[in-house]
Amino acid sequence: MDAPPPVVELRDVARVYQMGDTAVHALRGVTLQVTAGELVAVMGTSGSGKSTLMNLVGCLDRPSSGSCLVDGQDVGKLSRGARAQLRGRTVGFVFQNFHLLPRTSALENVELPLVYQGVARRERVRRSAEALTRVGLGDRLHHRSNEMSGGQMQRVAIARALVTRPRLLLADEPTGNLDSRTSTEIMALLQEVHAGGITVVLVTHSPEIAAHAQRVLRMHDGCVVEDRRQQMAPAGVAA
Amino acid sequence: MILLETLRLALRALLRNGTRSFLTMLGVIIGVAAVIAMVAIGEGARQRVAETFASMGSNLLVVMHGTSQVSGSRGGSGTQPTLTWEDLAAIRTELPSVKLASVQARAGATVASDTQNWTTSVFGVDPGYFEIRAWSMRYGRVFTPSEADSGAKVVVLGQTVVDKLFEGSDVVGSTVRIRNMPFEVVGVLARKGQSPTGQDYDDTAMIPINTYNSRMAGGLRRYIPGVIFVSATSEEATARAERDIRNLLRDRHRLGPGVEDDFHLRNMAEVAQAQQEGTETMTALLAAVALVALLVGGIGIMNIMLVSVTERTREIGIRMAVGARPGHILWQFLVEALTLSSLGGALGVGLGIYVANRLSAQFGWPLMLRGDVMAVALGFSGLVGVVFGMYPARKASRMDPIEALRWE
Repeated sequence: MDAPPPVVELRDVARVYQMGDTAVHALRGVTLQVTAGELVAVMGTSGSGKSTLMNLVGCLDRPSSGSCLVDGQDVGKLSRGARAQLRGRTVGFVFQNFHLLPRTSALENVELPLVYQGVARRERVRRSAEALTRVGLGDRLHHRSNEMSGGQMQRVAIARALVTRPRLLLADEPTGNLDSRTSTEIMALLQEVHAGGITVVLVTHSPEIAAHAQRVLRMHDGCVVEDRRQQMAPAGVAA
Repeated sequence: MILLETLRLALRALLRNGTRSFLTMLGVIIGVAAVIAMVAIGEGARQRVAETFASMGSNLLVVMHGTSQVSGSRGGSGTQPTLTWEDLAAIRTELPSVKLASVQARAGATVASDTQNWTTSVFGVDPGYFEIRAWSMRYGRVFTPSEADSGAKVVVLGQTVVDKLFEGSDVVGSTVRIRNMPFEVVGVLARKGQSPTGQDYDDTAMIPINTYNSRMAGGLRRYIPGVIFVSATSEEATARAERDIRNLLRDRHRLGPGVEDDFHLRNMAEVAQAQQEGTETMTALLAAVALVALLVGGIGIMNIMLVSVTERTREIGIRMAVGARPGHILWQFLVEALTLSSLGGALGVGLGIYVANRLSAQFGWPLMLRGDVMAVALGFSGLVGVVFGMYPARKASRMDPIEALRWE
């Protein structure tokens, strides 16, 4: 039996930023694969390269050297437009700061990715409402983002990430701005998403959150220093 | 992304900052309104000039007496009488380019009805004068050739004089007294309004020139007691008539080559044309200034769009993260700028029409709104939106999504 094709494949990826006169090596030769259906937690101190890794995998950035394949396509060789398209279709983002459009309703926030995919309005509304119902906000479609709590905003963000039915969900410290009870709820939701068949990669500082993952990548100074597979903690256990 | 969607988005973004959007549009509104109002005013003025000159008479030439010169001090036009009755007859009969010629002699006199009196200009004229000056009758008729020849005491009154002397307006058959001599009113002139210099054309009473000579001027003299109005056969013939008259009079007055004319000849068509050209230049100038205002409005749009792009950096980052391509972002901001400028343009057209209306009412000019100018102004404001919106929109579309998301 063949192994399922990797959703993400990094081959000796380096990313160097030029900060004035000094070159900052954010990633130094990272090689890894994420297979479809995995739930991966990325850990590490700040400045270890976690966010750079996520930006590359999320097609927001291009590697300085090496190749980064997302859904089989080499991100480094795509134009800005093509990367945007790949990003919109394949990747869903969840951010620490939620990054919802201000003064805009939950429904419209969730609709946004579909707008750029040219989905007709009626269809958009239907799918967005469905996604919001799935994250437990079916009764808050028309609430504006500034009228919601942090947990609710993150649910909207997850609905927005899921509405395009992506292969890959990238969550950059999704519970970083939430209290522990809400964190547990959000984490349970992400596990549910994962159980639904979507590959999830999440960045976290918290070992409790990481305990919910099947696989933990530990980064340090631009390198992956640990790649450990483990038994997932069951959903809903207090972190 | 569909255009409609982008437009909806743009309108929403503009409504969110309603006051700011309006103030931004104000530049374009004023610019477009200025263009439309200025051109309308210029056109109105041009039309007015054309009308006033048309009301003076068509293809008109005026021949005046010469200038007196006493020990080096020169008098004005008509101070040295040189035009004789024979000159008039020659102009009338010898030149094919001349259609009609008439004397116009003038004297101030009091005209009285049974109950009122009024001091006005009494003109002694030939019957052809009315046609030369394009002056039609409201009631009655002009004098007949026999009345003109015999020096009959008949008069044609202007409307102002009729208003001053009588209650009604159809006063044909009434008798008025001019310098205490009874005259029969045979006609009333149609109203003509003001001359370009503000004189009331209708404040007048016209009598046959022979009557004028015997009753007002104290007998026939050698020289004409006024000026000669000449009508050329056509507009094109005006210049030729001018030349013909000059040659004829120089010949008759025996002026050798190099000697100055001893008379004055004025071509009213030229004056009218000069006036028209003057107003056209004025219109072009005003429109140019207004266009500059429109450009400044465009710069205002660019300015506020740049502010808007910076303010919404994070929004741009979010949109890019969920799959917006650079083109989507470019369109979004371009359509926003275009909406601002076009909306401003449309409001400006409205304001321009209103201002032109008010001004034309104020000055009594005909309202000359030009559709082509409105279309151009509207199109230009759209162009301003695209040109000045392009830079901010490009700036937005070229943002790095990672930087944009991080922006606080």
